[in-house]
Amino acid sequence: MNPTIGWIRDLAASWGVPTALVPLVPFLLLLIVLYAVIGLAAYGARRKWPRADKTIAFWLFVSPWLIGFCLFTLGPMASSIYVSLTSWDLITPPQFVGLANYTEAFQDPQVAQALKVTLLYAVISVPLQTVLAFLVALLLNTDLPGMRFFRTVWYLPSLVSGVAQMVLFLWVFNPQYGLANDVLAHFGIQGPGWFNDSAWALPTVILMSLWTVGGAMVIYLAGLKDVPSNLYEAAALDGAGPVRQFWHVTLPQLSPIILFNALTGIIGSLQIFTQGFIANGGPKDSLLFFVYYLYDNAFQNFRMGYASALAWILFVVILALTAVTLRGSAFAVYYETELGRKRRRR
Amino acid sequence: MTALAEPLVVRADRPFWRRNVTLTVVLYVVLALGSLVFVYPFLWMIATSLRSLAGAGNSGASVVPHEFLWDNYTRAVTSFPFWRYALNSVLTTLIPIVGTVFSCSLAGFAFARLRVRFAGVLFAVVLATMLLPGEVTMVPQFMLFNNFGMVDTLYPLILPAFFGSPFYIFLFRQFFARMPSELADAAVVDGCGWFKTFWLVYLPLARPAVVAVSILLFMGYWNNFLGPAIYINSDQWKTLPLALAGFQSVNGTDTPLLMATSVLITLPCLLIFFVAQKQITNGITFSGGK
Repeated sequence: MNPTIGWIRDLAASWGVPTALVPLVPFLLLLIVLYAVIGLAAYGARRKWPRADKTIAFWLFVSPWLIGFCLFTLGPMASSIYVSLTSWDLITPPQFVGLANYTEAFQDPQVAQALKVTLLYAVISVPLQTVLAFLVALLLNTDLPGMRFFRTVWYLPSLVSGVAQMVLFLWVFNPQYGLANDVLAHFGIQGPGWFNDSAWALPTVILMSLWTVGGAMVIYLAGLKDVPSNLYEAAALDGAGPVRQFWHVTLPQLSPIILFNALTGIIGSLQIFTQGFIANGGPKDSLLFFVYYLYDNAFQNFRMGYASALAWILFVVILALTAVTLRGSAFAVYYETELGRKRRRR
Repeated sequence: MTALAEPLVVRADRPFWRRNVTLTVVLYVVLALGSLVFVYPFLWMIATSLRSLAGAGNSGASVVPHEFLWDNYTRAVTSFPFWRYALNSVLTTLIPIVGTVFSCSLAGFAFARLRVRFAGVLFAVVLATMLLPGEVTMVPQFMLFNNFGMVDTLYPLILPAFFGSPFYIFLFRQFFARMPSELADAAVVDGCGWFKTFWLVYLPLARPAVVAVSILLFMGYWNNFLGPAIYINSDQWKTLPLALAGFQSVNGTDTPLLMATSVLITLPCLLIFFVAQKQITNGITFSGGK
């Protein structure tokens, strides 16, 4: 515990503050002091510039976020850079080691394995999920009777929490008693070892991730509803059949949403954690996802410096993949507003 | 002329999948098969949760319930401090929802309605942090809470919610920006301060957004696993997902018990989904895409 605020806690405890609330006391004090300063500044500003009430209100309104941003994002990021240059186990004071953590990371075979597993997962599962969710949305967008029922059923799996999902699928893919191999056996196929086989573990997680395409599907469905129907009518007038209507109206109209889903999918898939954690990294590190390895270093081995370096490496990877996707998609995404602007310029 | 116009009208009214019986049948077959794939693991989870250990081992893919061991559920609730964990889960879900909705709607309102100098720059910062993966700040945030002596309490899972989250600020901003500005002008003319205008005029009107965001947040906080995995060590403060994960490794062979617990954890999300289906789709809709 930090000695500089320990005495505040001790004082609070001696005053009879309930033990569950004691850790809150220094934090609340900090907050009270902060808001006293902010309040005084606002009061002063109001006396000096009586007509600036809008500005004052704006800064007061965003102050919770602003404080949180400094406290939980900006400050941690800055200190993360410093910590990544040290060796620190939380107990003895941090020791400055320069770039040693980074050079170690580049030579660590487990980092290479974690990067490989995570990138493979992202590169295979994101396109698969995006395409599948889109196809499913197209299918569920047809106006056949009973469609509401089907939409509900296909969305339901997205409500199962990550841990419960993994617990369920460990059993579904159990080589001896599981659902998957039993179904395959009915077709006379000897199923693989799934999670128990290092070659099959990652494909199994990818397969599992397809179960929850419902979340992305709902977004596509909403997008499909937003496509102006006069575009279809115009296309039909011009003699375009369903296939050409799809290529020339539906796809361009939905391209921004596809990009949005692909981007959130990439960022999310690189942060995959629960599956690796529950499977303990899988056989032969086949499910050693990057965030799981990071977690392991930070909170199991207490190598805070090394873990911070890993976090920055992950950050660079995510940034790079996002940039590549944005660049690569620039030609394929159609924005209504942009076109409008260009026309106006002419 | 009518001869030309008529087929076009038919075309617009009856899409191609309605005009072709074979296609309709194929669509229904695909839909039914897909539904089976999506819902089968679900049914299997429920069926397994009602079986004996031996029954779970040899019933394979069957979801036909030939045993009803409701005892598994009693055991799930009694064999470990279930209610304690449930209480922790409820605390780390409901309080953060209130905190997030309050702080994010406030900031969202400011960004949408109070156009002042630097507001644009600040909003760009909000958008930029949306792209920042939480893992980068995970380790130093842990140190921060460690300094406050809050590790192994519920505070690290609750407090940050009161300080806004970029995604939901963005969402609220979009919602408030679509509301007419005359409301604010009228309220200000009537002598309302900005906070009163926000609290009494805009927030009540934003109820659909508040409800939708609350539901999305519920799913997020209720199923949160990484946070508790980092901050909670002692049994006393475990949340349900964390307890289930621990249970899985300790008690991996008692599958019916694990399934019963999984069903219990999923149940609140299912209930909320069925009650508030429309709001959920609304929430996802205005959070996604355009």
